[in-house]
Amino acid sequence: MADARPTSRPMLATHALARHFGGLVAVRDVSIALHRGELHAVIGPNGAGKTTLVNMLSGEIRPTAGRIELDGREVAGEPAWRMTRAGVGRSFQRTNIFPTLPVLENVRLAVQAVSTAPVRPFHRGPSHQGLIDKAQATLQRVGLGGTADRLAGALSHGEQRQLEIAMTLAGDPKVLLLDEPLAGMGPEESERLTGLLQGLAREHAVLLIEHDMDFVFAVADWMTVMAEGTVLAEGKPSAIRANTAVQEAYLGGHA
Amino acid sequence: MTQARSMLPRTRYGRIGLALGALLLALVPPFAPSYYTELGTYAMISAMLALSLQLLVGCTGLVSLGHAAFYGLAAYTVYLITPANQGLSILITLPAAVIAAGLAALLVGSLSLRTKGFFFLMVTLAFGQMMFFLFHDTKLGGGTDGAFLSRPILSLFGWEMQLNRRQRPMATYYVALGLLVAMYVGLVLLLRSLFGRVLEGIRVNEHRMQALGFNTYRYKLAAFVIAGLLAGVAGHMWAMHRGFVNPELIGWHRSAEALLMILLGGLGTLHGPIVGALAYTGLTELPQVMEEWKPFASIFNSIGLPKVGAFLQPLSERKLLLEGIVILLVVLVLPKGLSGIGMPRWLRDRIGGRAPARMTPASAAEVRPNG
Repeated sequence: MADARPTSRPMLATHALARHFGGLVAVRDVSIALHRGELHAVIGPNGAGKTTLVNMLSGEIRPTAGRIELDGREVAGEPAWRMTRAGVGRSFQRTNIFPTLPVLENVRLAVQAVSTAPVRPFHRGPSHQGLIDKAQATLQRVGLGGTADRLAGALSHGEQRQLEIAMTLAGDPKVLLLDEPLAGMGPEESERLTGLLQGLAREHAVLLIEHDMDFVFAVADWMTVMAEGTVLAEGKPSAIRANTAVQEAYLGGHA
Repeated sequence: MTQARSMLPRTRYGRIGLALGALLLALVPPFAPSYYTELGTYAMISAMLALSLQLLVGCTGLVSLGHAAFYGLAAYTVYLITPANQGLSILITLPAAVIAAGLAALLVGSLSLRTKGFFFLMVTLAFGQMMFFLFHDTKLGGGTDGAFLSRPILSLFGWEMQLNRRQRPMATYYVALGLLVAMYVGLVLLLRSLFGRVLEGIRVNEHRMQALGFNTYRYKLAAFVIAGLLAGVAGHMWAMHRGFVNPELIGWHRSAEALLMILLGGLGTLHGPIVGALAYTGLTELPQVMEEWKPFASIFNSIGLPKVGAFLQPLSERKLLLEGIVILLVVLVLPKGLSGIGMPRWLRDRIGGRAPARMTPASAAEVRPNG
């Protein structure tokens, strides 16, 4: 099934990753590899363990068993802030922003987090302006350039989703974990974001969770299908579309 | 450029108002009876305590019920290092008290900040009560009854300020005022710094801050220690003001009082706790005023209802009842506290008090009710 994939060392790889919540096995025996320049989509029905997987990769929760290697370094069990600083950026399925702060400040905090934060927290001056410039540039990139001074909570739902992406990008991650970035977006906004995601995939290793199958098959370079906490199949979108086991378990004759 | 300094006064007139308030406080000792000088000193010490707690409560979103522990410990430190009959220089006692409070805050904070929300409240309360019983149940600082101490003196490298009995309360008053202003200005600078922005982010959404790459524990600990150091300044000034320490300074009741002052003055602003502390201290004077003037008795007498007056008048002289009613009213009527009272709109529009630019109409509309 394995078509041609990059043979270089993966940017992020898991080995037999598992997570139990009490007696419930949310994720078991998941081994996937994210490569730079590849948009890797993870699909599966609700409760398949997709978000739990992302939560482990981003350091939100600790794996019960298994390994996570970031650029060859073992990182399983590291806290979220350290994972981010090591180059793993994530966006959240449910919008997770600072609603009472201006849009620019939302992104500026993200830039600050990975730049001067622990070293010179009281520093002001040029580097401070640098943070603002970078935040402004990131906002332009996701198409929110005109909203910098508004409060984040006053943005439309679609704009908040874009802001969510901007905050993830602002930390200059090597690996991007995007948990349903299009949820609740209008067609115009989704289109713009589709272009952005494809551009990002050229320079990053991107893991994408998404329910919109048309979108996933259009943008993904590689796909992993999860069901009941484990990997059901993986391969190129064309192979996944043709896979009868996947069709039965999940796609329901969609393809 | 967007600045997220939501705790700081937004308008030029807000800043002028604060400066006028400080000036007004500076005019109290020469013009008011000495009783009010002493009361003012006490109010400003309370303001420093409440202001230091605001760094945790209003700025970072950490509600502590053990903050008076650092305040009390600082006062006890002055007692413990001062020889029986000779006051030490403030240049020795102030740093010593502040460092002791800061070290205690480092210890308490590093353990209690591993918990969140309600549990954090309970753990800080527990540490505060441990400190209370340390001084209450041992001979370390005079036990239950407390102890007198020689007040720190204002001296500078051998030169000593000579003060008679009438001048000393005034000098203490101005030292307290100076420290309060310095503390406020210091916190303004702190909140404007990148460090202050992180605290604001933690208050709004700590989970997201961690996902962005901030080790929030370290920032919260830094804020906790700074708050402890500043509470130490307030505790030192209590010892200097009263020349007396007792376990009440440490107990949770004092911590809760500081929280009440913040609530009274306003959670959302940095100057709120100062306003709240002054109002709260004034409030404790209300029963005496009631007793002296007997307003209810005379009003109801004059309209021919002496029985109603006779019923209401004694109630109005009950301190805790009055305090409770006033605080309840403020919280119900003014959710943003006393500092949330703004200029009436017609006046504000006329003089155009809002700071120029920086805010789009949309965000300005959202903060308008705050004045």
